[in-house]
Amino acid sequence: MLLDSMAGIPSRHRSLFLLGGVVLLQVLLLAVQIKRDSQGRLIRVWTVGAVSPFERAGAHGISHVRDTWNHYFALQNTSRDNEQLKRENDSLKLQITQLQSKAAEADRLAVLLKFRQTNVDVPMVSARVIGGSADSASQTIYLDRGSRDGIRQNMGVITPDGVVGKVIESYRDTSQVLLLTDKDSGVGAMLVDSRIQSPVGGTGEPLLVMKYIPNDDDVNSGERVVTSGMDRIFPRDLPVGTIAEIKPGNPFKQIRVRPAANLERLEEVFVLLTMKPLELKRDSPAPNSTTPSAGAPSASVSSPGAPEKP
Amino acid sequence: MNQAFDLRSGELHIEVHKFRAGAIVFAVAFALVLQAFLPVYFPKAATLDLPLLITIYFGLSRRNPSTGLLLGMVVGILQDSLSGPTVPLGLYGIAKTVIGYLASSIGARLDTEHPAARFALTIGFYVVHQGLIAITQRLLLSQPERWFTLHLGTAALVNALVAVFLFMFLDRLRKPS
Repeated sequence: MLLDSMAGIPSRHRSLFLLGGVVLLQVLLLAVQIKRDSQGRLIRVWTVGAVSPFERAGAHGISHVRDTWNHYFALQNTSRDNEQLKRENDSLKLQITQLQSKAAEADRLAVLLKFRQTNVDVPMVSARVIGGSADSASQTIYLDRGSRDGIRQNMGVITPDGVVGKVIESYRDTSQVLLLTDKDSGVGAMLVDSRIQSPVGGTGEPLLVMKYIPNDDDVNSGERVVTSGMDRIFPRDLPVGTIAEIKPGNPFKQIRVRPAANLERLEEVFVLLTMKPLELKRDSPAPNSTTPSAGAPSASVSSPGAPEKP
Repeated sequence: MNQAFDLRSGELHIEVHKFRAGAIVFAVAFALVLQAFLPVYFPKAATLDLPLLITIYFGLSRRNPSTGLLLGMVVGILQDSLSGPTVPLGLYGIAKTVIGYLASSIGARLDTEHPAARFALTIGFYVVHQGLIAITQRLLLSQPERWFTLHLGTAALVNALVAVFLFMFLDRLRKPS
């Protein structure tokens, strides 16, 4: 129709008229879109619908080609990157281990500090464990403090968790501690619930032995054992451990005690700098504890004749 | 030979090329798909205006201003419709209509087979095309559009360079004369 209406126009000008008409139509199309705020949605939907399958196929193809290229051909630097990443990984692992160690040390020191602040009037000195026994038969450790710091033989060594042992040698800057688990070690102790007193000693194994408890006495597994103060080394009511095993014996029960302090992983300890009786305060009583406050009258001793190792 | 002297009219007669069936439709569709698709993966490909290059090529080859401007209009409106709601239908349509007309008109008068001529013409058409878009945006859409930027100059050169190789490839779609 447009071409029919152009029949009267000279042929060399027809295309020029057509150009004008087509441009005018598009200007009108633009005007309509602006006027009605319309975006020619129908044409767009058709065009996008026609093109999108090809785009999807192209995207799939390019993704495939890119993956193939990246995983099979573009590997020139992979080996070098891998080596570098391994080195970084090793370095980071080392840093993590160091930081974890420092965090654990900070936690331990915080516990020690709190214990020290709670018992600020008790003469004691903190010490770091610097070595262990050279043989497997004896259970001893070395501390980084000695006679110059006031440490003497037979002084008690503790942690906030409980009794550790006693000083057996004191050198100028070092001291040697006999752990509770050593077979020659012992501490005056008593059961928290029944207040039965009896020494606790080591056997060279992780568990301690509570001696001289007659078969007739009532002792429960899991019961807490604390210091009795009778050995004149440790103050009363310091945790020694908990009862782990009870077997009938002749004439005494065979009672095994799990130490309260982690004697296999000691790093920092306190050395009590006095041989006089002391009263240590605890932050909060342990669950199921029926321990009387320090200084309370002790219960009767069940084995009055039982020997105690100093 | 693309040129022959027509004794009857006494004018230089330039050969009109015909293409294989569906070649124009295929080329237009392929250019539009690539134009919408390539910048997603290769952002620098947005510099290319493949629909414009296709319009220029078929305008120069067909040498018929009427079909050239109609092809330009169709390609431009399709490009508008793929360009999203910020581009109204007709923006590229008007520009490519004019370019299709100009390319066909110039193709009917000049030898446009030589790569150097194609390079120079594409630069000219690209600048005119961008100028038309700027005019449309300023006059009809009241949108401020800069007339010339360094990026436009670079884009014109890049498009012209690509056009030289693209036109050589499209020459293979011609029917042998």
